Amino acid sequence: MIAVVDYRAGNLTSVMKALDHLEADAVVTQDARVVANADKVILPGVGHFSGTTILEQTGLRAAILQRVGQGIPFLGICIGMQWMFGSSEEAPGLAGLGLFPERCERFPVNVKSPHVGWNSLTCREGSRLLEGIPSGSFVYFTHSYRAPVVGATAARSEYGGEFSAAVEREHLFGVQFHPEKSGAIGLQLLKNFCRL
Amino acid sequence: MLTKRIIACLDVKGGRVVKGVQFEQLRDAGDPAELAAAHSAAGADEVVLLDISATHENRATLVDTVRRTAHQLFIPFTVGGGIRSLEEAMAVFDAGADKISINSAALADPSLITSIADRYGSQAVIVAIDAKRIDGEARFEAYAGGGRKPTGQDAVEWAREAERRGAGEILLTSMDRDGTGAGFDCDLTRIIAEALNIPVIASGGGGDTKTFVDVFQIGRADAALAASIFHFGLRDVADLKRELQGAGIPMRWPC
Repeated sequence: MIAVVDYRAGNLTSVMKALDHLEADAVVTQDARVVANADKVILPGVGHFSGTTILEQTGLRAAILQRVGQGIPFLGICIGMQWMFGSSEEAPGLAGLGLFPERCERFPVNVKSPHVGWNSLTCREGSRLLEGIPSGSFVYFTHSYRAPVVGATAARSEYGGEFSAAVEREHLFGVQFHPEKSGAIGLQLLKNFCRL
Repeated sequence: MLTKRIIACLDVKGGRVVKGVQFEQLRDAGDPAELAAAHSAAGADEVVLLDISATHENRATLVDTVRRTAHQLFIPFTVGGGIRSLEEAMAVFDAGADKISINSAALADPSLITSIADRYGSQAVIVAIDAKRIDGEARFEAYAGGGRKPTGQDAVEWAREAERRGAGEILLTSMDRDGTGAGFDCDLTRIIAEALNIPVIASGGGGDTKTFVDVFQIGRADAALAASIFHFGLRDVADLKRELQGAGIPMRWPC
């Protein structure tokens, strides 16, 4: 069972529709106990980094950290990926999960923000999440802040310089783009995660 | 690098596409779900469904149409037309829309932009602006009510306010060019694009490949939307994107 965490930030319909299409056994939940029993966890999210404070208040942060500590595959989508990092310039003083210590940053002033639309990926060899997804594939982004390129970067994209489009370390995965809105490429990525 | 988007628009009334496509493989040339899926397969970057029903009687039909259309669509899907409240937006989001587009309701009450953006994120809120040139000037007036009621508001000022209030994108329709195929209004588009940080989707006047090249290069549009030109054969989306790429416009192609 895949727990899809709902923390009232955005619309989960598209993510659930994609998972249903892939015939994944997925449930939407706000309940830490459901997360505690899940085989995999997905954290989608849009909007402001500060929206993640509710995860602290509801016990979901602790439940997620515990499951992650037990080696359960975790996928963060959009803000869900940014929250895996230490912090974000968008919400100074607010701690992310800290699975990667770096700080998310805004785009440089010489490009328009937010970054919206289809952009291409430069993929690292051997990524399990990106299996079957070649470099040059296009995916759909919509975000105002970005994670820097780090050791765990599995795919980079370019807009005002390079940033992390996907991260991967062991059972931890994150994508800045929206796989549920990225056509066949996005579905392939979600299928790869479901099959882990 | 970030590509320019080609967005296919379906005008629907009572759950049927107005001016459906004559396309052999489709069982039903007027079914929004079939057409949206076909546009996606042909390479459209996004699909917009615009409810052009004159009255509010058929909201349930619209929600059902949205659900069926969203069901097999895995690219961004926007729904607009007659959304007047947060509750109506919620019903459309629950049915599967990724973004909603609001026009007259936002002009009447700009706080609606903020209330939807607060709940769903700015990226989910498109403010549609119908703009008409003011005679003899390089200024444009915003219209409400499906392009029927002049508001007296300057289109650029309204676009700036919409951005301030939380709009994620502007869908800008040139009323002068809409339906003509004679080219987008590149002056209007550029003025708005240069005034804002959020993306601008140009609409109204899309015709041959050059009209799209111009609206991207001269108009500085981030995306271009068209309805009627795609109704004459879905392969045109693929041809258009291939030609645009050939002309040096960054495109998601092949896809």
